[in-house]
Amino acid sequence: MRWIWIDRFVSFESGKSATAVKNLSLAEDHFADHFPGHPVMPAALILEGLAQTGGILVGDANGFTRNVILAKVPKATFHRDALAGETLTYTTKLEQMGEVGGLVSGTVHAGEELIAQAEIFFAHVDPSQAKDLLGTDNFVFTGNLQRMLGLAKAAAKSSGAA
Amino acid sequence: MTRDDIFQKVAATLVEALNVDEDQVTPESTLQGDLGAESIDFLDIVFRLEREFGIKIPRNELFPESIFQGDPEFVKDGRVTPKGLAELRAKMPYADLTEFEANPTLEGISDLFTVNLIVSYIESKLASGAKAAA
Repeated sequence: MRWIWIDRFVSFESGKSATAVKNLSLAEDHFADHFPGHPVMPAALILEGLAQTGGILVGDANGFTRNVILAKVPKATFHRDALAGETLTYTTKLEQMGEVGGLVSGTVHAGEELIAQAEIFFAHVDPSQAKDLLGTDNFVFTGNLQRMLGLAKAAAKSSGAA
Repeated sequence: MTRDDIFQKVAATLVEALNVDEDQVTPESTLQGDLGAESIDFLDIVFRLEREFGIKIPRNELFPESIFQGDPEFVKDGRVTPKGLAELRAKMPYADLTEFEANPTLEGISDLFTVNLIVSYIESKLASGAKAAA
């Protein structure tokens, strides 16, 4: 399964911020069951998209050498449902980076409208803990996500924005 | 910074990290029993305290993980042995063990993690930092 809940990075500033977009298609499976006749994106998946956008900031801060897991969502507020056909913009900011992990704050917009906002705490796990918890794979940053980030960085360079 | 100033900042940090009301946080509150902290919250608390006070908190210094790891010399029949108490004193010099020593059950250990413990830890940390800077 491709567990990628963002479509494209639109900006990435190492150690500071990342923005990604996600287009919602009625063809996505989750809309079929959530809910029949009333398709709205599950809030947990909105958070997942925000976590992927922000988590990669935390991973990038250490050159992807540390295992990073989503440890906790200290705060999350959802203002309205996200609907099929909308484009969500995930804007994340790296608030604090430390030995223990990193704290990211983020907002989710559909157009100009604020749909959700959250704080997400990512923790570093030791290789020994990680093996017990995660197996041998670094599941947080799959090759796919890092490739997407690579594309975003390349695009930023060629446009002179970075 | 006075001890009360430290307490106010620690309390504000716990309100943020644990989503509790300000009036729930007293110096005697236990983090797990009274404030509902779970294991991952301890990481979060350490992280926020580092930012709030501008200090580094090495892993296992404020909240030592698995202090005894089932060592039979430290725990016997669910109770902490005198040797275990000595180990606790060494690993958690900021904890108030007076009450615990009267009835040192293994379950009682989590009650040692109080708001006061954090305040004492930060107080000593700030004092040693000031000494180092002088």
